[in-house]
Amino acid sequence: MIKVEDLTKYYGSLCAVDHISFEIRKGEILGLLGPNGAGKSTTLRILTCFFQPTSGNVSVKDYNIYDHPLEIKGLIGYLPETAPLYHEMLVYDYLRFVADIRGFPKEKQLPRIKEISSLCGLQDVMHRSVNELSRGYKQRVGIGHAMLSDPEILILDEPTAGLDPNQIVEIRNIIKEIGKAKTVILSTHILSEAEATCDRVVIINKGKIVADGPTESLKEESGSSYDIHLSLQGAEYTDVEQVLSALSSIRKISRGEDTDHTVNLVLSCSAGEDIRSDLYQIIKQKDWSLLEFHRESRTLENLFRELTKEG
Amino acid sequence: MRGVRQVFKRDFKVYFLSPIAYIVISIFLILSGWFFFSTFFLFNQAETRPFFSLLPILFAFIVPAVTMRLFSEELNTGSYELLLTLPVSVRDVVIGKFAAAVAFVGLMLVPTLSYGIFISFYGDLDWGPVIGGYAGAVLLGAAFASVGLFASSLTRNQIVAFIIGMSVCFFLTLIDKILFFLPESVVGVFQFLGADFHFQNISRGILDSRDIVYFLSVCFVALYGTYLVIQEKK
Repeated sequence: MIKVEDLTKYYGSLCAVDHISFEIRKGEILGLLGPNGAGKSTTLRILTCFFQPTSGNVSVKDYNIYDHPLEIKGLIGYLPETAPLYHEMLVYDYLRFVADIRGFPKEKQLPRIKEISSLCGLQDVMHRSVNELSRGYKQRVGIGHAMLSDPEILILDEPTAGLDPNQIVEIRNIIKEIGKAKTVILSTHILSEAEATCDRVVIINKGKIVADGPTESLKEESGSSYDIHLSLQGAEYTDVEQVLSALSSIRKISRGEDTDHTVNLVLSCSAGEDIRSDLYQIIKQKDWSLLEFHRESRTLENLFRELTKEG
Repeated sequence: MRGVRQVFKRDFKVYFLSPIAYIVISIFLILSGWFFFSTFFLFNQAETRPFFSLLPILFAFIVPAVTMRLFSEELNTGSYELLLTLPVSVRDVVIGKFAAAVAFVGLMLVPTLSYGIFISFYGDLDWGPVIGGYAGAVLLGAAFASVGLFASSLTRNQIVAFIIGMSVCFFLTLIDKILFFLPESVVGVFQFLGADFHFQNISRGILDSRDIVYFLSVCFVALYGTYLVIQEKK
């Protein structure tokens, strides 16, 4: 569907994107991850024909960005990073303008705008002007703008920035829903978001691709180390530390804040054996009250840190 | 073509969503009306010539005020990223915005038609120069609008865009008047570059292709410059 070949972009002497190549198939949800300034937005801006690359090529279906930018723009719905909408227009007028400029058939415009407004929760602000809206509503209008013409490809630059937690969940669900039939590319620096929504993840650092693969297999590759969160009542920290040091696969014990007679711990464990049953036996022997005990795998985060570390 | 039309429609409509349009139109009408009628009864002649002879100077600062926001505001808020990722080309955007500005200038001139009507009651008005004057006014407005649009594409600050646009427009208006110290043969060349010179020809009712070509070339050069500036930002 989309093919990026050897893409490079210089801003003066600064290299923002450095010879990256990847491919996206139809119906895939691709997450573009990277620290700030890694080149995520620049890559997306080239894909949407907003920037011209210094060298390299991008083709969408059979079109390439040099010869057929208009056709490509017609296929893509794009939400830029901060949703810079026309602030003096009413939300309804704005959506109408987008529909018109995209050549959406006149008679289908109204039903489609209604559909989008209920999907993005815009019913209450349709008659308000964009500059009166809060950050979160602007973001929602931006998402509506991107989806309005029901494009085959959706490119979202940090779609959940500025939204409240309920909205984030809703938007993720919408993205997943759309991703069944359409191709979605989203950039984010929230790892849990990428894990929750994306089929495939590309990690970029300093303009280069450092990892590319299905979310699941990337997790496995990185070695499935995990954290165990533990809260014990009626225990002394020194005792606990002493007992736990006997277990070899615990790499690090970090102590949380103690709250009345409760010791809170996070144990970083290395991959391989599961020490949970051993842990439980120890706790039972000592007769501590177990308040909390759960495992959290933090693989993508580890991988991300490893790959994008400074220096 | 759809792109041009939609950009035109939006930008033209947006003029009336903010007070700028009403302020600019009021200032234009007050100034032109005052300058025109304050001497009209002294000359005691039924003609609109004084109105048109003053138009280039008025336009030189009114038109850049009309065009200053067209690109600067979009560059400032970042909305041109949304606009240029919609299926429109840079060319469509430039032409659409230019057309919106010209239409606005045209609209601004409509109330001044009443001057002609008023004078025709008062004396015997020759309509030839009036029609020529309005044709010239639209051409002059278009030329200045293209210059203003170019200035607007250079910066994200509207005030800076206004000052650049106004400076260039004043330069084009006054160039043939400030060169009295040069030999006459050289003045002729510079005179040809002056907007006022060509405008006064047309407003006398003489439609000379050289004058029309002059205004169209100013438009073309400035619009092409705008296109290159926006293209360069990509």
